[in-house]
Amino acid sequence: MKKLAGAIAVILLWNACKFNSEKKTLPIYGNRTPITKVVNGQTTTDTIYQTIPAFKFIDQYGDSINNKNLDGKIYVADFFFTTCPSICPIMQRNMLDVYNTFKNTNDVKILSYTIDPKHDSVAVLKKYADKLGITGNSWWFLQGKKDDTYRLAEKNYLVAVKPDSTVAGGYIHQGYFVLIDKKSRIRGAYDGTKPDEVKQLIADIKTLKSEPDQPAVK
Amino acid sequence: MKLKIIGSISIILFVLTVTGMFTSCQSDEEIEFKRYYSSGSLVYQTKCQNCHGTHGEGLLRLIPPLTDSNYLKINKKSLACIVKYGLRGEINIKNKIFQEKMPPTGLAPIEIANVLTYVTNSFGNKSGTITNQQVEEDLAGCK
Repeated sequence: MKKLAGAIAVILLWNACKFNSEKKTLPIYGNRTPITKVVNGQTTTDTIYQTIPAFKFIDQYGDSINNKNLDGKIYVADFFFTTCPSICPIMQRNMLDVYNTFKNTNDVKILSYTIDPKHDSVAVLKKYADKLGITGNSWWFLQGKKDDTYRLAEKNYLVAVKPDSTVAGGYIHQGYFVLIDKKSRIRGAYDGTKPDEVKQLIADIKTLKSEPDQPAVK
Repeated sequence: MKLKIIGSISIILFVLTVTGMFTSCQSDEEIEFKRYYSSGSLVYQTKCQNCHGTHGEGLLRLIPPLTDSNYLKINKKSLACIVKYGLRGEINIKNKIFQEKMPPTGLAPIEIANVLTYVTNSFGNKSGTITNQQVEEDLAGCK
């Protein structure tokens, strides 16, 4: 009996090792278009993935942040507003875990776009960041034109946001954390209100960090 | 010998049954408290937890924790008004200043009584039942 149990344990352990050694790669989301090129008489097909387009916003320090600041960086994006009474506090509580895990890592950033730029001025965002204990340049609270923010959310990050006077706070928005890789491609979306999904996000960022750099498809 | 054993077993059973009956019977107040408390925990989960946290811990300097028993005691009479109409302006909780606005919840008096009973008897607080009647009286005095 003891021997049998021992054998089972060995098999389980071995399987566990085998499972762990498989390298996980994250899927690439969004639209994709194949392009066929003829190079040196050879026909090759490449895939162009959906990427986050150029943007320009202001962070909580009043500095301008654009897509160039994120070249070669992995980042997590979400949408919020400082007076949000519903899901934002729980999202920020979970995002703080992401922040605390990667705040000393230069190639991981967090971008929180306000969907209420009229109220959330740079000063308001700075105060908000201070109250969350955010320092340095790893978590940016971004403010820009409302139309730009909404377009970016829906067309590019694929997160739904819209004003709605019938809900508390005046906006409905999805609490997704969107994971963007070093090539500006969407690699994951996680429900920011669920601690388990945010744990997965943290694990996936680590996976992305160890991913070999691929040549950019232009 | 056999009889003796049967006799002592039945005595033990009798004693156990009687003590069981006594302990399972709770006073009306205890039952009332439990009813308020368990309903209150559901109200808390749906209306308060997102901001104030699973353990009433709040969120850093943004949202105050609900663990300041002293504040809850001193402000017992205005808790119902705060839950119903929200809160503006500065408050000092555990020597930290909080300035964010708390939105109104629009809860009914009985729900306020439930959730206040839950909060003032969780997270290290212990101040007994806050009844529906108490809440209605306090609401009448809201500023």
